[in-house]
Amino acid sequence: MEQVEAPLAQAPGRASSGPSGGPSAQSAVAVEHLTKRFGDRVAFEDMSFRVGYGEVFGFLGPNGAGKTTTVRTLGTLLAPTSGAATVAGIELRPENGPAIRSRISVMPESPGLYLRLTAAENLECFARLYRLSDPHERVDRALQVVNLTERASDLCRSLSKGLRQRVALARALLSDPAVLFLDEPTSGLDPVASREVHDLIAALRDRGVTIFLTTHRLEEAERLCDRVAILNTTIRLVGRPDELRAQLFKTSIEVRLRADLADPATVFTGALGVERWETQASGSYLLTVSDPDAAAPEVARALVHAGADILAITQSRHSLEDVYLQLVDEDVEAKKR
Amino acid sequence: MSFSWARAGAILQKELRDYRRNRYVIYTMAFLPLIFLAIPIVELFAVHVPAASAKFDARIGLSLLYMLIEPAIIPSVLSAYSVVGEREQGTLEPVLATPIRREEFLVGKALAAFLPALLVAYVIFGVFLGAIALFAHPAIASAVFERDHLLIQFLFTPLVAGWSVWAGIAISTRVSDVRAAQQLATAASLPPLGIVALMQFNVITPSLGLALGFAAALLVIDGLAWRVVATMFNRERLVTGGRS
Repeated sequence: MEQVEAPLAQAPGRASSGPSGGPSAQSAVAVEHLTKRFGDRVAFEDMSFRVGYGEVFGFLGPNGAGKTTTVRTLGTLLAPTSGAATVAGIELRPENGPAIRSRISVMPESPGLYLRLTAAENLECFARLYRLSDPHERVDRALQVVNLTERASDLCRSLSKGLRQRVALARALLSDPAVLFLDEPTSGLDPVASREVHDLIAALRDRGVTIFLTTHRLEEAERLCDRVAILNTTIRLVGRPDELRAQLFKTSIEVRLRADLADPATVFTGALGVERWETQASGSYLLTVSDPDAAAPEVARALVHAGADILAITQSRHSLEDVYLQLVDEDVEAKKR
Repeated sequence: MSFSWARAGAILQKELRDYRRNRYVIYTMAFLPLIFLAIPIVELFAVHVPAASAKFDARIGLSLLYMLIEPAIIPSVLSAYSVVGEREQGTLEPVLATPIRREEFLVGKALAAFLPALLVAYVIFGVFLGAIALFAHPAIASAVFERDHLLIQFLFTPLVAGWSVWAGIAISTRVSDVRAAQQLATAASLPPLGIVALMQFNVITPSLGLALGFAAALLVIDGLAWRVVATMFNRERLVTGGRS
């Protein structure tokens, strides 16, 4: 008789145990050259990445990029075509399926609740499927985490979409998973409900829960994730959002003046650290620089020296969306060729 | 990890809670058996006694056969919904993402279809016997209460229900539409009734040995059916909707 006993809060760096020997028993998730095909169709291929314990790892990609298939594969619902992986320290193999599933939780895009059961009954059923000791207490605590104690006895069909998503999140937290897979957790939610789910995920992150978050909402990834992977059937980039920005885009500063410069080339090419410049609009210039902190004072001095009236000098910041769109555009261009 | 009755029990409990709040399941479980109770009672009360022996036996046989239709039909309808219904609702994936094994899932689902149907079938048969004992002509009561008839009824009720459950679940794992699953499962539940009908109508002369033989054969088929259904339960195909 195996029973799972663990607190709902999880500390980062939690040691793993169980059958292992794959790419890594140290990472919460370690994937090496993983590929999944359905017949001739490639869902994803040659995927390699690692997720550390306590990390929130974002998995970004357009529709059909293979995000959900990756989650299902790592969640042992689908068998990979080739490659290797460890999940929660256990090698991804068919015979390890139940052991892996007992240490992780997957929250699919659709909450998948039993609508004729109450929120508490839904959770109780899953607590028994995970064979948790003291299931009633676990259910109460999970509902507390998502602030749904008051609605525990409500039938799920009477709950709003946002509340159902919260019940699904409570269900995913019941077993105190080593890795929590969230597949597009805010899909179809209105902004208020999305913000509630974001707040809950942020609270879990602060408690050190390892989260694997798939999304195509870039602001969600930027706000919640320590690192992100951008994929389009294959991994294009992995890193912290600021690293990805730096990798794809040169740093730039934007200069706004009351009037156009008479000879901008002389002013900007003389300033230290300015690699390139371009006129954006009347009195507005975009300068590509290697180090914005060093270049900005130099540029200011050069402008004052040239007698310009400075309205603003700001560092131009590329969003994760810029990174994402740049990569998707590259993919589109590559396909055209 | 070995087979966990706790996980199978979790599925069973969930299903029973779901039935309780599903008025269509309640209506089906309540009204269908009442119809199959009322028809044979009226049939037997209308029999002229004494009647020609063959005709009399046929009416007794037909009346008792009605009692076996309920354990054939109800579990087939419930079990036909069990997998494809969860898939349509979007509840299958979260369950399969837990440590549950397919055998545990299937046993939970099977028990949830089998136990209520068996309970209702025996209760209805008890009411039928009571009505016959109290109000029917003694010759009819004597025929109904024959040892072989009772044995066939008690023995075949769970076996027919078991067949229907596994046939229904097998179909439910393979089709992608609940209505198609229920129609196919209802049709698949009928063959065992054919054998019983032959015995009830005395086409095959019923005897203790023959009844036990058929029961043993059906038991073996039910056991094998469980194995077959377990191999048909493809987690990957169910999750992706048949892409694998």
